[in-house]
Amino acid sequence: MAGFGGGRLPAMGPAALLLFALCTVGTRGLYFHIGETEKRCFIEEIPDETMVIGNYRTQMWDKQKEVFLPSTPGLGMHVEVKDPDGKVVLSRQYGSEGRFTFTSHTPGDHQICLHSNSTRMALFAGGKLRVHLNIQVGEHANNYPEIAAKDKLTELQLRARQLLDQVEQIQKEQDYQRYREERFRLTSESTNQRVLWWSIAQTVILILTGIWQMRHLKSFFEAKKLV
Amino acid sequence: MPRPGSAQRWASAVGRWGCRLLALLLLLLLLLVPGPGGASEITFELPDNAKQCFYEDIAQGTKCTLEFQVITGGHYDVDCRLEDPDGKVLYKEMKKQYDSFTFTASKNGTYKFCFSNEFSTFTHKTVYFDFQVGEDPPLFPSENRVSALTQMESACVSIHEALKSVIDYQTHFRLREAQGRSRAEDLNTRVAYWSVGEALILLVVSIGQVFLLKSFFSDKRTTTTRVGS
Repeated sequence: MAGFGGGRLPAMGPAALLLFALCTVGTRGLYFHIGETEKRCFIEEIPDETMVIGNYRTQMWDKQKEVFLPSTPGLGMHVEVKDPDGKVVLSRQYGSEGRFTFTSHTPGDHQICLHSNSTRMALFAGGKLRVHLNIQVGEHANNYPEIAAKDKLTELQLRARQLLDQVEQIQKEQDYQRYREERFRLTSESTNQRVLWWSIAQTVILILTGIWQMRHLKSFFEAKKLV
Repeated sequence: MPRPGSAQRWASAVGRWGCRLLALLLLLLLLLVPGPGGASEITFELPDNAKQCFYEDIAQGTKCTLEFQVITGGHYDVDCRLEDPDGKVLYKEMKKQYDSFTFTASKNGTYKFCFSNEFSTFTHKTVYFDFQVGEDPPLFPSENRVSALTQMESACVSIHEALKSVIDYQTHFRLREAQGRSRAEDLNTRVAYWSVGEALILLVVSIGQVFLLKSFFSDKRTTTTRVGS
């Protein structure tokens, strides 16, 4: 805060508020609690060539003070991302705050798993970790002010760009929908085939076993001289 | 001609006020930027007999919407519960497949919503939820809209809103399709196992019947030989 030169006392008010605002900015968003060895997995069903950006922030529970510490160095989270075929796309260790990005190359269910890899296990033992998580997919992952600054777009051009991105996402989702519908249709047709063949096979087995039973018993009773 | 001393004093006063104004402006910007809120859309796995809770700090007066849908697992239902900072239950439903709940935050604090699969003994569920807090952040965070939007800009805004609802419908359609596909795949595997199983049972039972019948007739001979010896 080097800018606050002369007249320090009257400038403290806004400076303090500014610091408070800075502290609270990072705490907004959805969060959940995770245990020590717990692994939390999230699924993102996305079309191909879609970018996914995840931001997380962790806070550790302080047992003595009964409060969550604002930031704890030494805490790490391991992030693992698997594509629909089970292949690992991203597997990295991040610090207590991290940002991970990946782009899908095959459409389908991508699994994002997070688990803590704390180096301060003694402090963490029996405690819980608060994780703030934010996952942005597709056009939500675009940072429009940054794009405007980079390409030097006017307001109208930026709005048009946003609309184009949205329409592109809708198109990709529609293509993915067609691919999924085909899979669904194949599954249903396979079920239909299986039911058809199984009923024919069951009838055939029934008739054959009936014939075998009768012939076997007939020869048995003939041998016993009962028939 | 101003005296050097007064010019210095004037410059330092301007510097002080400038710094304060800058600080206030930055403060306002920081408070405004995250203020509008946003949406969190998450799909997660809920193991059997488990309960998972999510928390969010919400300011008073913010309109929020919670939508959830179960995608795979068992009877495709889950228990959901939403509580305000004082622990008062705002929304509670048992064994629901899909629901949408809108509320306005009556007080500042941490709101908590939990999904429970405790009634299920062995099925994992996949649950999707969309928690919308307030309005989406504006395109221009540093926007100081004094003048009204031009016709082009307001047309862009309305197209943007319409496309957002198209994307929302697409998401729900995708989830319903995933649910239907999951059921169809379950059915397919069940039919496969059942047909093989039943064919085996059929063979075992028919062969067993014949040998059992034969044994009724063979027993008399062994009992007569035993009596004889």
